[in-house]
Amino acid sequence: MSITITVKLFAQYRDGLFKVKEMTFPKGSTAIYVIDEIGIDHSKLPIGVLMVNGVHVEEDFVLENGNVFTIFPKVGGG
Amino acid sequence: MADKIYRVDMSNLSFKIEDVPDEWMGLGGRGLTSTIIAAEVDPECHPLGPNNKMVFAPGLLSGTSAANSGRNSLGLKSPLTGGIKESNVGGTIAGVMAKLGVKALIIEGIPKDDSTFYHIHVSQNKVEIVACPELVGKNNYAVLDAMEEKYNKKVAVMTIGLPGEQKMLISNISVRDPKGKLRSHGRGGTGAVMGSKKIKCITVDAAKFNESGASIVDPEKFKAASKIFTKALQDNPISGEGLPAFGTNVLVNIINEAGGLPSHNFRSGFSENAEEICGETMAENIKERGGNTTHGCHQGCVIQCSQTYNDKEGNYLTSGFEYEMIWAFGANFGIKDLDQIAKIDALMDDLGVDAIETGVTIGLAVDAGLIEFGDGKRAFEILEKDVAGGTPLGRIIGSGAGNLGKLYGLVRVPVVKNQSIPAYEPRAIKGQGITYVTTPMGADHTAGYAVATNILNSGGHVDPLSKEGQVELSRNLQIASAAVDSTGMCIFVAFPALDEPECLPALIDMINARFGISLGVDDVMNLGKNILKTEHEFNLKAGLTSADDRVPEFMKYEALPPHNAIWDFTNEEIDEFWNF
Ligand code: SF4
Repeated sequence: MSITITVKLFAQYRDGLFKVKEMTFPKGSTAIYVIDEIGIDHSKLPIGVLMVNGVHVEEDFVLENGNVFTIFPKVGGG
Repeated sequence: MADKIYRVDMSNLSFKIEDVPDEWMGLGGRGLTSTIIAAEVDPECHPLGPNNKMVFAPGLLSGTSAANSGRNSLGLKSPLTGGIKESNVGGTIAGVMAKLGVKALIIEGIPKDDSTFYHIHVSQNKVEIVACPELVGKNNYAVLDAMEEKYNKKVAVMTIGLPGEQKMLISNISVRDPKGKLRSHGRGGTGAVMGSKKIKCITVDAAKFNESGASIVDPEKFKAASKIFTKALQDNPISGEGLPAFGTNVLVNIINEAGGLPSHNFRSGFSENAEEICGETMAENIKERGGNTTHGCHQGCVIQCSQTYNDKEGNYLTSGFEYEMIWAFGANFGIKDLDQIAKIDALMDDLGVDAIETGVTIGLAVDAGLIEFGDGKRAFEILEKDVAGGTPLGRIIGSGAGNLGKLYGLVRVPVVKNQSIPAYEPRAIKGQGITYVTTPMGADHTAGYAVATNILNSGGHVDPLSKEGQVELSRNLQIASAAVDSTGMCIFVAFPALDEPECLPALIDMINARFGISLGVDDVMNLGKNILKTEHEFNLKAGLTSADDRVPEFMKYEALPPHNAIWDFTNEEIDEFWNF
């Protein structure tokens, strides 16, 4: 069984990767699993904010089919 | 040499240099400006009349080698909100004033002969006040050119453009930055107050000041603390990496994804335009076109969130191209072309009008039927011809969103205390909403930046869509911000201060070393509390009440997409803010 989700990347995480992509993962995949699968190097640039359908989630959040998953490094402004 | 108070009386064009009273000794920046306004200005005075005053004060650490310490505060009674205002700015002014030993510059009165405008020049132990008919009718860059020619390239300049001369409520006081570009003492119609005093520009002489900087009691201790502080700024991922790479405009996407980016005059929290106007696109353009992603708005900034932005041909368009500006004209008013927003930004710098107040007013003008959604060409024209020229249409736009809404019978008018709500939707970012309604400044995002914890996961996380914990969050941030605004530090030191444990103690150690005192974290927080209470009390005496600490009513019954969020705080919950 698998799920298809929309993954959106922002700021430095786009470098060498993509802006937005439909992707398929095994059912039960967590946020951090997907991040590592995509190949985001978060040891250098720490993860800032994760959202699913516009709501903040933690790294162990279990994704579901049809989710929009957005991944940001630490960003700020004002 | 001890710092002094420089006092200018415009009613007889005279000046005095005074000793600093004991009770003002430990204050700087916002702490000092708000204290002086509360002590010397009748809260019931007309903000554009003879009894309002302007107080300029560098921060406690301005003029020293401390990183990011070059911010200057301006205090006055605001003609937009009817309450107290503190507005702070980068540029060269704070450093120059501090090195000259000017603890505060207080300007009072209105000239008897109001047929012309005046130029105030401050130098060591002297203030010259001279009529400057040759500058009347000029906008900011022409004034900068004239002052650089008259003095030198280092002279600090504060000036108003045509909208300020005409006492428009969207007008700012513009301040020269180290590269000869402009920053603003923004929000609340500061330019109108300077215009009412018939002051076209203020210059502060940088030729003969103490080159080694402001005096420091314990230089060794200062150096050690300064090193730790600078390192915290550089090591923090936001101030060290994110802000220099993308500027503040990196926020467009994250606020949009969270459903909190006000769009179509606050009808939605999500904009379809985000990708076209976001920080990532801006950084790409800058790279391709040979601009610069890093630029400091004052000397000694190690974060450098500002930038220079060129057009497709590589010609300079603007600098200091901020998130709030791009949000207002991009998402809220609907311009899809970043270059067009940049042109408007440059024009607005030259005119000296506030990005947020002007942008929100133009967005609301769509509802008033005065302009089409996204018509940047027409927006440019209205600003250049009508606002600068003072036509009736220009005066309507120049009066700000609250007044435009009243004139056209509009209900969806995004203001608190008559001041436009900035780029974060209160319904979807509720902690920020609490800041908008409770801060004595009117809707002001910098007063207590709850976005940090609601959205950016700085200082932990508080769910932006729930009421839980927001009042406490906003209160803590407002207290800390009031204190930070007194140091001369740029607001972005808040990010390392929230997340790097060594940052705040190092900042306090620098203050202690400079003045030979021994403040602790509690003392600094008490300073912040006192400032807020002083400001709140001024507003109450000015006639504002808790009924002014509210969002516009439509936010209580119009659900905001995509989260269908409404403003659901009770009055009691909001008023709880002041229990400290
Ligand atoms: S970080 Fe930005 S706002 Fe702060 S001092 Fe530097 S350039 Fe100015």
